[in-house]
Amino acid sequence: MKAAEFGYLRPGRMEEALQALAAGEGAAMPLAGGQSLMPMMNFRVAMPETLVDLAALAELRGIHDAGERVVIGAMTRWSELMASGLIAAEVPLLARALPEIAHPAIRNRGTIGGSVALADPAAEVPAVLLALAGVVVLRSLAGERRVAAGDFFLGHYETARAADELIVALEVPKARGLRHGFHEIGRRHGDFALAGAALAVAVEGARVMEARIALFGVADRALRATGAEAALRGAVLGDGTALDRAVAALAEIDFAGDIHASAPMRRHLAGVALRRAWAEGVA
Amino acid sequence: MTGPATIFDRPNRYIGTAEPRADAARLLQGRGRFVDDIQLPRMVHAAFLRSPHAHARIVSLDVAAARAMPGVAAVWTGAEMAAHVTPWVGVLTHLAGLRSPPQPALAVDVVRWQGEPVAMVVAATRAEAEDAVERIEADYDPLPAAVRMEEALSPDAPVIHPEFGSNLAWERRVETGDMAAAMAQPGVTVVERTFRFGRHTGVTLEPRATVMDYDPAEDRLTMHYSGQAPHMMQVVLSRHLGLPEENIRVISNDVGGSFGIKIHTYGDEIAVGAAARLLRRPVKFVADRMESFMTDIHARDHVVTGRIGVHADGRIAGLEIDDLTGIGPFSMYPRTSAIECNQVLNLTGAPYRMEAYRARGRVVFQNKNMMCQYRAVGHPIAMAVADGLLDEAGRALGMDPVVIRQRNLIADDAYPTTSASGMKLDDLSHQKTLAKLVEVMGYEALRADQAAARARGVHRGIGILSMVEVTNPSPMFYGIGGAPIASQDGATVRLDAGGALHISSSVTEQGQGTNAILAQIAAGVFGVDIGRVKVTTGDTATVPYGGGTWASRGAGIGGEAMLLAAHALKEQVLEVAGVMLQAGVESLDIRAGKIVDEATGAERMGLADLARTVYYRGNELPADLKPELVATRHYRVSDMPFVFTNGAMGAYVEVDTDTGFTKVLGFWAVEDCGRVINPMLVDEQVRGGVVQGIGGALYEECLYDDQGQLLNTTMADYLVPMAAEMPDIVVAHVETPTKTSILGAKGAGEAGTGGAPGAILNAVNDALAPLGASVWQMPITPERVLRALGVVAD
Repeated sequence: MKAAEFGYLRPGRMEEALQALAAGEGAAMPLAGGQSLMPMMNFRVAMPETLVDLAALAELRGIHDAGERVVIGAMTRWSELMASGLIAAEVPLLARALPEIAHPAIRNRGTIGGSVALADPAAEVPAVLLALAGVVVLRSLAGERRVAAGDFFLGHYETARAADELIVALEVPKARGLRHGFHEIGRRHGDFALAGAALAVAVEGARVMEARIALFGVADRALRATGAEAALRGAVLGDGTALDRAVAALAEIDFAGDIHASAPMRRHLAGVALRRAWAEGVA
Repeated sequence: MTGPATIFDRPNRYIGTAEPRADAARLLQGRGRFVDDIQLPRMVHAAFLRSPHAHARIVSLDVAAARAMPGVAAVWTGAEMAAHVTPWVGVLTHLAGLRSPPQPALAVDVVRWQGEPVAMVVAATRAEAEDAVERIEADYDPLPAAVRMEEALSPDAPVIHPEFGSNLAWERRVETGDMAAAMAQPGVTVVERTFRFGRHTGVTLEPRATVMDYDPAEDRLTMHYSGQAPHMMQVVLSRHLGLPEENIRVISNDVGGSFGIKIHTYGDEIAVGAAARLLRRPVKFVADRMESFMTDIHARDHVVTGRIGVHADGRIAGLEIDDLTGIGPFSMYPRTSAIECNQVLNLTGAPYRMEAYRARGRVVFQNKNMMCQYRAVGHPIAMAVADGLLDEAGRALGMDPVVIRQRNLIADDAYPTTSASGMKLDDLSHQKTLAKLVEVMGYEALRADQAAARARGVHRGIGILSMVEVTNPSPMFYGIGGAPIASQDGATVRLDAGGALHISSSVTEQGQGTNAILAQIAAGVFGVDIGRVKVTTGDTATVPYGGGTWASRGAGIGGEAMLLAAHALKEQVLEVAGVMLQAGVESLDIRAGKIVDEATGAERMGLADLARTVYYRGNELPADLKPELVATRHYRVSDMPFVFTNGAMGAYVEVDTDTGFTKVLGFWAVEDCGRVINPMLVDEQVRGGVVQGIGGALYEECLYDDQGQLLNTTMADYLVPMAAEMPDIVVAHVETPTKTSILGAKGAGEAGTGGAPGAILNAVNDALAPLGASVWQMPITPERVLRALGVVAD
C-alpha cells in the first residue's frame, strides 16, 4: 500500500494555492489534515497528480468571533476546536460532537475543512452544520462564494465544491436560545457512526417552534430529516406521541445498508439516535 | 517426576515472582529489532499481484510492461516461480483420510481465493514494485466459486479440486457410550441448538515480514523471520528451495505478535527466498495491512449443531455435536487445517462427566482465504458449544448455571482420568476453580444487581464457563504425523568468566515474555542475580534444536529444559568448587553469584573467581579435573499426549435492547496453569487472551460476499476490540502443578481466548432470556441481537 507517484506543492500564499488547483484541471487535490486522503492514496483509490498542501496557509487557521457568527478557518484542527472557549460557549452542538470524532491522534491532525470537503456520510460535522444552518465559504481564482450547508452536501462523497475551489472557512450562527441534542451510535468509541443525530431546536415556553434534525451515518450523505422536523414543529415538550410521529417519519429516508448494518437496522438506529438526542438536549 | 526439593524455595528465588521483563525497557525505548528494521546492502523489495477472483482460470499473464518499469529487478509469474520452488501438501498421516492437493508458492493456471499470489515483482523500493504490479496484464476466466461452507458439499457445488470429486477434505467421528440409549432414558431433557462462528484473524501489530539474504559464496540462505518456529522454517525452506538444511539459517528477533498466524508456510514468503537466491541479493517482503487481512490465515469458521440430554438433577446423559468447518482451498502446510476441527471433537464437553458422547467433524474446501491454527485452536468453539448447551439445558430445568456445572464437572480427586472423547486428563481442578470464580466475581451480589437492573428495565446477564486447554503437547500433536515440527526443546546455560550466565533456548519470544521467564528459571535454579543472565532465542545457528513457541508450550517445555540445564550446570560448577575449596560438593551451594557454605550461607568463593581460574589459570587445577562450565538439556512430554490445564470464567454484560449493543461490565478468569513462573506475565497472557476472545465474541469477522470477495480489509472495517470497550479483567489462580515435569508449569497463553467467547455468549443469552430471545452466532453483533429480539427485520 504505497501511494502512486504524485507531485507535491506547499504554497505559502493563498493565491499560489488557488493557481495550483486551477492549473491542475481536476488532477490537483488540496491536502488538509490528510487523515482520509493519505490512506485513500495509499490504497490508490485517490491518485492525484499534485497535492497542494495547505499547512503553510496561516489565514486558513483560527476561530473568530464575527458578531452573530463564529467563523472557523478550514485548516483548524479538531484538537484546536476542542480547546476553544469560543466554540464551547457559542457553538455548543459542535463542542458536543467533537469528542465523538475518531481518536486523539487523528484529532491532532484532522481538520474541519478536510472533513467537510470529503463529505463522508458517517462524519459528524456535516450533520452539525446542517442542524446549525452553517455556511461553507469557498474561494477560487474567480472569487469567493458562500454555500449554505443544506446546498453543499450533494451525495456520496459528493459536494458543491468545484475542483478549483478551496474551502476557506465555515461560518456558524451563534446558538442564541437554541436547545441542542446529539447522539451517535458507533460500534467502538471513535468509529464511524452506524447512525447519528444532531438537533438544534427552538423552544418557546413548552412549545417547539422549530426543530432542525440532521442525521449522519444512515444514507449517502448527512441530511435533514424534514418529515421528522414537521412532526415536531408546534409540539408540546413532553408529548411523546410527537416524537413517535417524528421517528415514524424517518421512513421517508433512503437508508443505506453495508457490512456494518443493514438498511432496516439503520432505519431503526436512526430512530434510537433521534430519541436519545432529543432526550439529551431538548425534552 | 521428582526433582531437587530446594529449587522453588531458594534464597535467590525468582520462579513465582513478578519480575519485570528486561525486553520491555528496550522495546519502550524504540530499540526493538523487527524485520522491517533490517536494512541490508543491495536489498530489494517484493510486491505481489494477487488474484481479484475467488476462483478463476488464468488465461494469460503478460509481465513485459512490468519488467520494463523503473527500478524493477525481476518479475516472476507463478509458472516461472514453480521452476524454483517445489509445491507442498498440507496433510499429516495421523489425520487419517485428510487430503489436500499440491500447492504452489504462486498460483499456476488457476486461482482459488481472492488474494492468492499470482505474480511477484522485485524492485528497488516497495513503491516501485507496486507500480510495476499495476502494469501486469492479467486475463482471468472466472469460474463458479464454492464460498459458503454449508453449500460446499452439496452435489451442485463447484468442486475446487476436480480430482477429489468433492470439496470434503477430512471427516472424523468419535463415539463413546450408547447415545440413543442415554438420550432415551426416562426424565432426560434434550436441547438442540445450532452455533455459528464467524471467520476472524490474528491482526498482529507487526505484519508478516521476511528478509531473505542469500550468500552464493557459502550457498547459504539467511531468513530474517517474524515468526514462531525457526527450526520448522529451516526444514520447509530446505525442502522446497532444494538447499541443505544446514545451509539455511533462520533468525527471529523481536516479533510484534503472532498468535499462530506466523507459524505456517506462506507462498509469498517462500517465493521471496527463491528470489533472493536467484538475484543473489537480499529481498524484503513486509505484508501491508490489506495483504494481512486477505492472506494471513483466518480462524474458526464453523457451524456446529449440538444436542445435550440432561437428567432432572442436571447430570449430562449425552452430548452430541456435528461440526462443519471451512478451510479455504488448501489445507495449510505443514500443520494442516484439520487440527482445528480435531480439537473441537477432542475438547467439546471435556470438563464434564457424561454417559455418552458422539461427534462428527467435516472439513471442507471453499474459495476463501485459508483457515488454520490461531490462538486457542478449536477451544472457543468446543467450550462455547458445550457450555452454551449446558446453560440452555439449565434454563430448561430451571437450574442455576453454577449448580448445573457443579453437578457435572469431573471431581478434583478423580485424576488421572479420561474424557468422554478419550483425552487423558491429570492434575486438573475444575471444582476448585469454579468455587474460586464464584467467590472472586461475587456471584450472588451480581445476581442481586442483575435483578435490580431488570426491575429498572436494564438487561444484564451473567455467563459462566468451565474449560480445559491443551498445553505442552507431546509428539502426538504433529511429529507423529510426519510434520517437521519438534515437540522437544533444548536449553543451554553457560557460565562466563565474569560470573554471568549466557542462556539460549529453542523456544521463541513474540512479545509474551518468554525470554524473561527463561532468565527467571536459570537465575533461580542456578543461583545468580537475574541481571546477570543474558538470553538468546530465535536463531537456528546458535540455539539448541527445538519446536519454538506454539500450543502454550514455551514455559512448560522450554522452561523445563532450562530448569534441567541450569540445575546440571550448577552441579558441574559445584564439582569444580568442591575441588578448589577442598570441600564436599553437598556442603556447598550457589547463591546470588557466590559459592557459599550450604549450611551457614557463608561465602566461600565468587563465581567469577571460579570461572576465571577455570578459563585463564587452568594450571592451578588438578590435571584430572575436566571442568565443563556449559550444560545443555532437552525436554519433551513423554507420559501424556498433552498436559491439560483448566479454568473457569465469568462475564457480566449489559445488552441495550434499543441498539443491540453488548457492553461487557466485568470479566473474571480463574486459571490453573500449574506452577506460575511470573504472575504478572501470566495475568497479562490471560487478559490479552480474554480480549482476543471478546473480539471473536463481539467484534471480529472476515466478511465475504457471495462471490468470495473479502469485504473488510482495513482496520476501520474489521473491528478489533479496543481498550475503551474492554472491561476490567480480574485474574485469579489455582495452582496444581503438572506431575510431568519438575517445574510443574502448564501453558497459560491461550486459555483466555478459548474461554471468553463462550462466557460472553452465555452472559448475553442470560440477559436476553427473560425477553424470550437468544443468539447463537458469533460475533454477537448489535444487528444479530436486534434480529433475535424481533426489533429489526427485513
